[in-house]
Amino acid sequence: MEKSREEYWRKNLRIMAWLLAVWAFVSYGLGIILVNPLNHIHLGGFPLGFWFAQQGSIYVFVLLILVYCKLMRKLDREYDVDE
Amino acid sequence: MGILGWTYVFVGITFALYIFVAWKSRVSDTKGFYVAGMGVPPVANGMATAADWMSAASFISMAGLISFLGYPGAYYLMGWTGGYVLLALLLAPYLRKFGKYTVPDFVGDRYYSTAARLVAAACTIFVSYTYVCGQMRGVGVVFSRFLEVDINTGVIIGMCIVFIYAALGGMKGITWTQVCQYCVLITAYLIPAIAISMKVTGVPIPQIGFGSTIGAGPDTGKYLLDTLNVIAKDLGFVQYTATFATVNTNMLNVLCITFALMVGTAGLPHVIIRFYTVPGVRQARASAGWALLFIAILYTTAPAVAAFARYNMINTLEDKPYVERPQWYTNWQKPGLVAWVDKNGDGIIQYRPGPAFVGRPNFQVKDGKRVLGKYGQPLLNNKVTKNANELYVDRDIMVLASPEIGGLSAWVVGLVAAGGLAAALSTAAGLLLAVSSSISHDFYYRVINPQATEKQRVLVARIFIGLAIVLAGYFGIYPPAFVAQVVAFAFGLAASSIFPVILLGIFSKKATREGAITGMICGILFTGIYIIQTKFMGVGNWFLGITPEGIGTIGMIINLAVTLIVSSFTKAPPQEIQELVESVRIPRGSSEATDH
Repeated sequence: MEKSREEYWRKNLRIMAWLLAVWAFVSYGLGIILVNPLNHIHLGGFPLGFWFAQQGSIYVFVLLILVYCKLMRKLDREYDVDE
Repeated sequence: MGILGWTYVFVGITFALYIFVAWKSRVSDTKGFYVAGMGVPPVANGMATAADWMSAASFISMAGLISFLGYPGAYYLMGWTGGYVLLALLLAPYLRKFGKYTVPDFVGDRYYSTAARLVAAACTIFVSYTYVCGQMRGVGVVFSRFLEVDINTGVIIGMCIVFIYAALGGMKGITWTQVCQYCVLITAYLIPAIAISMKVTGVPIPQIGFGSTIGAGPDTGKYLLDTLNVIAKDLGFVQYTATFATVNTNMLNVLCITFALMVGTAGLPHVIIRFYTVPGVRQARASAGWALLFIAILYTTAPAVAAFARYNMINTLEDKPYVERPQWYTNWQKPGLVAWVDKNGDGIIQYRPGPAFVGRPNFQVKDGKRVLGKYGQPLLNNKVTKNANELYVDRDIMVLASPEIGGLSAWVVGLVAAGGLAAALSTAAGLLLAVSSSISHDFYYRVINPQATEKQRVLVARIFIGLAIVLAGYFGIYPPAFVAQVVAFAFGLAASSIFPVILLGIFSKKATREGAITGMICGILFTGIYIIQTKFMGVGNWFLGITPEGIGTIGMIINLAVTLIVSSFTKAPPQEIQELVESVRIPRGSSEATDH
């Protein structure tokens, strides 16, 4: 029992770390740090970096929470800790 | 029916709706009053959270801010949405499992310390209160602009409405009115946005429209953003999509501000307590997702509105004779949101960088009427600046005037007024509940009178929400001069005190009472002193050139570091606390934890 709880927590941390890595990459990476090189690419009338900063990152944030809910639901069931 | 008539109709209907909903969901026990009986479905909680979070500033001011900032406006957009990812992944599910009433509840129990509880309660009250003042003012402003009543009367009407539904229904009443308010505000935001997008680009979806080509006028066929860049360049402004162009928008500062706003958002007590209201851990995760989805609808529309409004404004005013000004200009000159000084005496409006004159417009008045100049423009008392700019534009006009700029009928203006009020009232109510529950639960019940009965506790909560509303109204009528500056404070403090202490409380079993208290105090002191120095004492941005808006990032790092270091030198938390942390990490049993 104890062991599986530890494992559940470790897996939870891993899911979190991956999702937060995407979160940071899209907002700080694509939206801010890499904005200038990305702005050379155009998405219709949007410079790509500008688009990530003012639009794309927000869509990705919504998707991230959705994915998190799905993955955690599965994990909760797998380790029998759901309600 | 005219604009005023329609505004009365919409505001009247929505207010009646809020009071009806509040009456239907009145409560009599503390669980109902503080956390809505923990029975709110995730979708409803998502909507309520969205309305709770999106304030008068989001609704009225944000698009305007972005419109003048261009690319760097992204730190508001990413900062105020990215925080929900942190909330969903790092805080909401665990706090829901913990399952109590307030943020200080968690801090006090996890760090087995009344002192920690009191520090957290003081932060909660301070952070929430700085926010409330702005909201009450916002209510007054909307009333005075749209309904032509005195600002103070507007504030008092707003106070009465909030009092009725907050004192009656507590969290439950607030939740269900917020659900209605979300629907009102999002409709009011989207209709003019879609209309303007259609008008400028012919594309009905604003999010796509502002990356499309212009559909009419001299710039037909060119991309909107490219055109904005060309216009900006011609007039001497920083280009709309230009990055890191000024000292305060260098890359480090944009990074710090974005991060501070994200962490600050995740640490705002009135947002966090919303996640106590759902039935379980799974619903807490889901409602964070719903909340962000509902927020994203407005937050992805805002930058589009910003671009359209900037294009429209410059296109209809710049280099045009004052006598041919559009109707919306005349309408919004009345309350002083736009003004023009004819510096070169040519009767033509020149819009250039820099302020046209010092301060907000102060019109010359004689015999109760505005004194008019050669071209019929009201003259100003303000000291004129040396630059070539002749036009004063308040950023709020970008949203407030958008229905008129978009050529929409009068009822849409009424709807926008109701939307602005919904945004301000829903946020004010959520904040006031956070304040009153911190006082009545954390101070009164947990520290002063632990023997209080259920009935006494609800009564005390109602009394304090009443007092909090009166005080907020007072600050709305007599705003402290520094209201705009203190918003940086609210986020800085939430980022440097509340967020790290909860985070470590969940993810580190070793964080101790001593660590948490010293960490919070160091974080608050550093952030607070820096903001006071730079905002009020004229000291330069001495820490790596970071502006006060972004300093919460450093405050948070200091808090985390100090807490971890001090914790490693002090006695580990007692066994039952370590078990509490263990149990918070497992979803099962969240409904049992609610009875206490």
